[in-house]
Amino acid sequence: MPVSSATPASLYNPQFMDHVNNPDYNYQLEDPTHVHEGVNPSCGDDLIFSIRLGEDGRIEEAAYQGHGCAISQASADMMSDLMIDKTPEEALELCDLFERMVRGEVEDEAELERLEDAALLCDIAHMPARVKCAELAWRTLSEMLTKEDEA
Amino acid sequence: MSLTADELRQIEESPFKADFPLLAENPQITFLDSAATAQRPATVLDAERRFYETMNANPLRGLYGLSVAATAAIEDARTRIARFIGALDGKGKPETNQVVFTRNTSESLNLVAHTLPAVVKLGPGDEVVISIMEHHSNLIPWQQVCRQTGATLVYLRPDSDFRITAAEIEAKIGPAAKIVSVTQVSNVLGVENPVKEIAARAHEMGAVCVVDGAQSVPHIPVDVRELGCDLLAFSGHKLGGPMGIGVLWGKKELLEAMPPFLTGGEMIDSVSETDAVWAPIPAKFEAGTQDAAGSYATDAAIAYLQKHGMEALEQRERLLATYLADSLEALPYVNVIGPADGARHVGAVAFNVNGVHPHDVASILDMQGVCIRAGHHCAQPLLTWLGELSTCRASVAFYNDKADIDKLVSALDMVWSVFHAR
Repeated sequence: MPVSSATPASLYNPQFMDHVNNPDYNYQLEDPTHVHEGVNPSCGDDLIFSIRLGEDGRIEEAAYQGHGCAISQASADMMSDLMIDKTPEEALELCDLFERMVRGEVEDEAELERLEDAALLCDIAHMPARVKCAELAWRTLSEMLTKEDEA
Repeated sequence: MSLTADELRQIEESPFKADFPLLAENPQITFLDSAATAQRPATVLDAERRFYETMNANPLRGLYGLSVAATAAIEDARTRIARFIGALDGKGKPETNQVVFTRNTSESLNLVAHTLPAVVKLGPGDEVVISIMEHHSNLIPWQQVCRQTGATLVYLRPDSDFRITAAEIEAKIGPAAKIVSVTQVSNVLGVENPVKEIAARAHEMGAVCVVDGAQSVPHIPVDVRELGCDLLAFSGHKLGGPMGIGVLWGKKELLEAMPPFLTGGEMIDSVSETDAVWAPIPAKFEAGTQDAAGSYATDAAIAYLQKHGMEALEQRERLLATYLADSLEALPYVNVIGPADGARHVGAVAFNVNGVHPHDVASILDMQGVCIRAGHHCAQPLLTWLGELSTCRASVAFYNDKADIDKLVSALDMVWSVFHAR
């Protein structure tokens, strides 16, 4: 009978909850080069994601603001941390890897190590109703970099 | 209000769960989402199968025994439904032909929204009155109607105690009102609206009164004569029937005046190259092959409720809802959205856990086998009016018991501790 295979302790673990309760990247970024807003209308999740691209073509700083569930917020915090020092191409590749993970399409678990803390969200693949929450930040970043929205 | 020791004893253990295969076979599941859809007793599942095994043929047009049996099965279901909602004529005969089968409450209400405006000649300057508590199914169709006809959509709003007052009814339902369409029970707040008073006022102003009974018919005895409404819509799946069966009951002269909603097979008397003559009601509104097995199984679902008595089931649900609201109110970190008095909740209690998004609450409850709804409950204007983006909603039916609600409470304690670990 379909009772979730995840347990509160497995997904909402202390490391995950630390991103929720003590986020490092939840603030307004000064001098951003790119800003993009993402929403999940059905959940009321709303996220504004900003980055500053350095002269070396790498992401110098990333930050987000907005509100939503713990999964969307923790996911944004984990993603921000991961994106520092990445090029837009590398960032898009990681966004793609994350999307594949939450859709249960990654077979080689070793590949997930590249997502660092964000790999904690792999249980989402068994929770279809929460995929959109987990994806919000990544979808927002990916849209931002694809559309080249200038701040 | 809190329950007495005797009342608590009455909800101690559910004598009904054994009749519901999903509940009986899955004790690890705590189902508190009956406002979304009910569980079905074995008699309903058996009926669906029995239809296909013993009387499967296309009803209505058949000239052979099987088809006659299928037709009789549908007509028997209509008769039971008519009696169940008090649709009896002056001589006490069930108004069988005034029971129209649809797919669900949404389709019943869409049927009305597409066909009633022509009958009342709705136009600019006229008003359609609904309440802010409507499910999207009784809201978007009227938005569309007003957009197309130039009529104005007017909202009845409850006071701070979640009651639509007599003054509000008088103020909002005026001479310009042509259609008044309200939900009898809110699917979010669980409160019962004064539909009888609303229907009386609507008629005083010359308007037609439509009632959304999706959340009331499964839980409280509903009598259309007593309510005084002109049309009533509800779903079979919320009262233990299969998914895919909706009902629309209406007054004879209205149903006869309303044009068909869908056209095609089975709904005509005769067709020529340029014209068609509609079949009498209810066939006029039932184009194409109907879900006859579903209607037959809905009959069985209502028979199950009648066997135990709607008054007795209502009484039990009232105790369960009171215990649910009381238990939630007692949690310091929970905020109940709606009346604090549990006895005012028909099945559903909306709430939030302070600082925790309803989707996280629902996920952590799910991990413990507890099923509740979280989100906007297809009532976004109500949530906006309440100042909420989304809420949790737990809802009970007679097959629940005290242990289900105690499980919800301990699962909520887990939610709180996950978010406040030291």
